[in-house]
Amino acid sequence: MTLDPILLFFVLGLAAGLIRSELRLPGQVYELISIVLLLAIGLKGGVELAQQNILNLLPQLAAVIAMGVALPLVAFPFLTKLGKLPRPDAASVAAHYGSVSVGTYAVAAAYLATANVSYEAHMPLLLVILEVPAIVVGIWLAKGAAARQNWRSLSHEIFAGKGVVLLLGGLMIGWIAGHEGVESIKPVFFDAFKGVLALFLLEMGVLTAARLADVRRYGYFLVVFAISMPVFSAIVGCTLGWLLGLSVGGTAMLGILAASASYIAVPAAMRISVPEANPSLSLTASLGITFPFNVIVGIPLYHQLAEWIHR
Amino acid sequence: MTDKNRVVLTVITEASLESRLISAMESHGVRGYTITDARGKGQRGRRSGDWDFERNIRVESICSAEVAAKVSKELEAKFYRDYAMVLYSYDVNVLRPDKF
Repeated sequence: MTLDPILLFFVLGLAAGLIRSELRLPGQVYELISIVLLLAIGLKGGVELAQQNILNLLPQLAAVIAMGVALPLVAFPFLTKLGKLPRPDAASVAAHYGSVSVGTYAVAAAYLATANVSYEAHMPLLLVILEVPAIVVGIWLAKGAAARQNWRSLSHEIFAGKGVVLLLGGLMIGWIAGHEGVESIKPVFFDAFKGVLALFLLEMGVLTAARLADVRRYGYFLVVFAISMPVFSAIVGCTLGWLLGLSVGGTAMLGILAASASYIAVPAAMRISVPEANPSLSLTASLGITFPFNVIVGIPLYHQLAEWIHR
Repeated sequence: MTDKNRVVLTVITEASLESRLISAMESHGVRGYTITDARGKGQRGRRSGDWDFERNIRVESICSAEVAAKVSKELEAKFYRDYAMVLYSYDVNVLRPDKF
């Protein structure tokens, strides 16, 4: 299989970052690009979702939330015992790995589209839902159940965040407008999706390169964790997908969602709720190691895994 | 003659603290402020502005020395341990003391 050109954009960004090139997308452009990607993912799901009965999905949503709670709980003891990380750091990293990355999802969507593999329409809904539970578990792990926490400002931070608003908003617009309705906006959101994603990955490459310098500082444990944890999570996600009766594509997608680690929503929430945790440590793991691993090696691997489970 | 001396209280800190910082300042009687985005480097490393939690802001407010002292004390107690924060003040003369 040939390498998808969008990955070459990522490699270009990475190389540019490593040679300390001046290359950067302007901040506002990056904002716009991520808005387009979030809306496009939401819209696509919403259009398809319009043809389904949402109530039938409830058991699946519950199972996926349970997975979002379980993954950080599994990661936490490894981080404290083997990694010897202080409790707040371990909790924060665990939360990052229980949550999801929209960037990884977008690359996976492009990958599966190229491979002509279809997947269930409600995957964007699972993407939104999986963002949240790990954050709550992470705070609980850091502070204990009895800790006083300003849940009001935290829930505002989570649910009013750009990611959730745009994904859910896109889902609803797609749902209301339906196939014919979105026809007129197709050029921007669907036809241009891969081009926009390529620009996004270019910037992500530069940002990843900036993190790589920190990888050495945190030692081998973090590298091993940041690669083995997503693989383990993907096995859990694919198994769950298979048990829930998802298609091969859906199973792969759930594996990818499980494997991906947050680098936007969770860092922001942790900074507010668990300020004693070192934000650079978690981001180095999730963005510096796990994101490139997932995008380049992980996604095809998890797709294979899904096919193997379904055999 | 009215006293025209005030201080400019400047706080450079993490953007994610903005709302909590402002409510702390207002609770001590700060009436107005100016916020600008900031980048730079300090004890906690480079603050690149790449991510929301790596963005810095600079909050400036003109107030009386008493208010500035109260605000400083509260910010120190609340945020110094876990957040990147630099705080300083200097004297200024203002034309309309009633405004500040």
